[in-house]
Amino acid sequence: MKELMIGNAALARGLYEAGCCVISSYPGTPSTEITEEFAKFNDTYCEWAPNEKVATETAFGASLRGKRSACCMKHVGLNVAADPLFTMSYTGVNAGMVICVADDPGMHSSQNEQDSRHYAVAAKVPMLEPSDSQEALDFAKIAYEISEQFDTPVFIKMCTRVAHSQSIVEKGERTEVTKEYVKNPKKYIMAPANAIARHPFVEERTAKLTAYAETSPLNRVEEGNGDYDFGIITSSTSYQYVKEVFGNKVSVLKLGMVNPLPVELIRTFARKVGKVYVIEELDPVIETHCKNIGVEVVGKDKFSMLGEFSQKTIAKAFGIADKESVALETEIPVRPPMMCAGCPHRGMYYVLAKNNITVLGDIGCYTLGSMPPLNALDMTLCMGASVSGLHGYNKAGQQETEGKTVCVIGDSTFIHSGVTGLINIAYNQSNSTVIILDNSVTGMTGHQQNPTTGKNIKGDPAGKVDLESLCRAVGINSVRVVDPYNLDECEKAVKEELAKNEPSVIISRRPCVLLKYVKPKKPLRINTDKCRGCKRCMKFGCPAISFRDKHAVIDNTLCIGCGVCASLCPFSAFESEGE
Amino acid sequence: METKNIMIVGVGGQGSLLASKLLGRLLVDEGYDVKVSEVHGMSQRGGSVVTYVRFGDRVYSPIIEEGEADYIVSFEKLEAARYIKDLRKGGTVIVNTQQIDPMPVIIGNAEYPVEVLDEMREKGVNVDAIDALSLAGEAGSVKACNIVLMGRLAKYFDIPEEKWESAIEKCVKPAFVDINKKAFTLGYNN
Repeated sequence: MKELMIGNAALARGLYEAGCCVISSYPGTPSTEITEEFAKFNDTYCEWAPNEKVATETAFGASLRGKRSACCMKHVGLNVAADPLFTMSYTGVNAGMVICVADDPGMHSSQNEQDSRHYAVAAKVPMLEPSDSQEALDFAKIAYEISEQFDTPVFIKMCTRVAHSQSIVEKGERTEVTKEYVKNPKKYIMAPANAIARHPFVEERTAKLTAYAETSPLNRVEEGNGDYDFGIITSSTSYQYVKEVFGNKVSVLKLGMVNPLPVELIRTFARKVGKVYVIEELDPVIETHCKNIGVEVVGKDKFSMLGEFSQKTIAKAFGIADKESVALETEIPVRPPMMCAGCPHRGMYYVLAKNNITVLGDIGCYTLGSMPPLNALDMTLCMGASVSGLHGYNKAGQQETEGKTVCVIGDSTFIHSGVTGLINIAYNQSNSTVIILDNSVTGMTGHQQNPTTGKNIKGDPAGKVDLESLCRAVGINSVRVVDPYNLDECEKAVKEELAKNEPSVIISRRPCVLLKYVKPKKPLRINTDKCRGCKRCMKFGCPAISFRDKHAVIDNTLCIGCGVCASLCPFSAFESEGE
Repeated sequence: METKNIMIVGVGGQGSLLASKLLGRLLVDEGYDVKVSEVHGMSQRGGSVVTYVRFGDRVYSPIIEEGEADYIVSFEKLEAARYIKDLRKGGTVIVNTQQIDPMPVIIGNAEYPVEVLDEMREKGVNVDAIDALSLAGEAGSVKACNIVLMGRLAKYFDIPEEKWESAIEKCVKPAFVDINKKAFTLGYNN
């Protein structure tokens, strides 16, 4: 049956059909659904790991034991997984192993737009790049064949538009592959003597993979009808934009395998078409390869290294006229994302902003605390950097910063890589206050379980990290828990912990309001006789409160009745149902 | 058939994912090649969101660019204005008249352009405005706003109502089928 599937679901299906038995991943947009969809199959094992390094090593272990495995992550997650990656390139695999990595050109939900293809080149690991959902499914199967044939982990690289676009997919059957585990220290113990002996294998493998790339159906030439006297080399979603603009009027070399890249295939294509354009998002990886092998091409001189492309980007570059459209004179205010009405993070941020505290932030929904009107954050870098950054900030600033600086980090991010920073704070004794914003779920990526929630990926009971005990165990003596809906309690805790002459942790704990088990209360309403229009509640930045005709107004489709705004109002104008 | 383009726009959390799922299901059942593109993650948190639905004999790009949309279905008034540049000449905007203030308006840094639909009409845009929120309430849940708007969109297509209803059955949980069918009919008939 034909089905419409997002690329990530199709990729999960492909991994499943290829007999993948174990997936370990850390969520991250736009990669999350690969693992979530795979978790829906019953005859396989699937988990959320604490971070991408752990996930990759888990998948490696499963491959070593003889089962096809995979790990999935976003582009920046690959930075965390880079350590095992580079040496797995040397050991190779037993059963096939696939690393799914999803880039985010345009940074819809990311802190940078790094190009994962560089990792494939640097680690000398093959990389396949599907351009739609059917290819995502098909490439998963091919990836396992390559993995076992050439003894290497294989990347499948997605991007936002392939990962999150639905297109039609035809499903197939699952076949399982099992390899025997045979002890082989020369292959699997990467101590110097063995690694030195293994490096030539890696170089020979790349040569063999290059030969494979020359004839593999992953890379194909689509002959044009001769309307245009040039050819285009492209891959991934850019291929779709090229076809949208040119149809069959131009010759296209469509690359499905972007590392290693073919040599003769490209040279032959270039000889045939004459002038060649390389159209690829982000960095000039294909372009550089072409130039290295002596093929003259036009690439980043004409197409940007920034953001996403579209059919318009390509049409424009070739001088094809814009389509007629409507423009309004009215200025349209921006609508940036923001923390939800009733979000438990808001209370803590309000307290921090009110007290002019410097706040080093981290990665998650709570990064949105940087937005007006709270403007509560000073820094966001990468997963876990708030904690280690705070330590460095206070070591440098000492008495000047210690009493007025904190970091904030979510529960999942803390487990991912915040705890190592906290160990450093405890070990090297900086007078730092770490605030864990514990909303009992991995929020931003769409509610994944994590080691602090007590549930596994399927929602079944699982081991549970006790954050208080963990913080105490690493050597923090002052650990306290507050409810962020209680602003007075939060303010008291922040002031007291900052005043202490020792490291401390405040756990700001209340579940995300979007969790199903959090039952919203009736929306509050404004008593307009009492509201004097002082706008104090507007400083809270709740999207359910706006200001019209000299009074605060509550949007009852958004308000969940948390009542924190009521505690801010000096005139008791916020009333709950029944008052 | 030339590719047709529908954009679904609104505020994160308004249920555009279900609307696009419904459309996708329906159009696949009708035998078209279909692509649906949406962005998950950060922007879903109360930000401006857009979903592209494209169908025809063969669809390549999953996204819709300036001047290409045949229909824009907007879940909120201001969002219709934000994406109007993507409408092709002679295209139609189906818009829920609900007003949701964005943060710059809430904190007093910007004005909500209340009269923006009139400006669109002056510029020759076909504006089909509908109070989908009230109709959804009438159907039994304000959350069914998305399906009210799909009902309205259905008026512009040559696809029988029962096919839409069967797509609703396939896309929503059994407990919500009746409310959503009612919402669909209210959107179609009002």
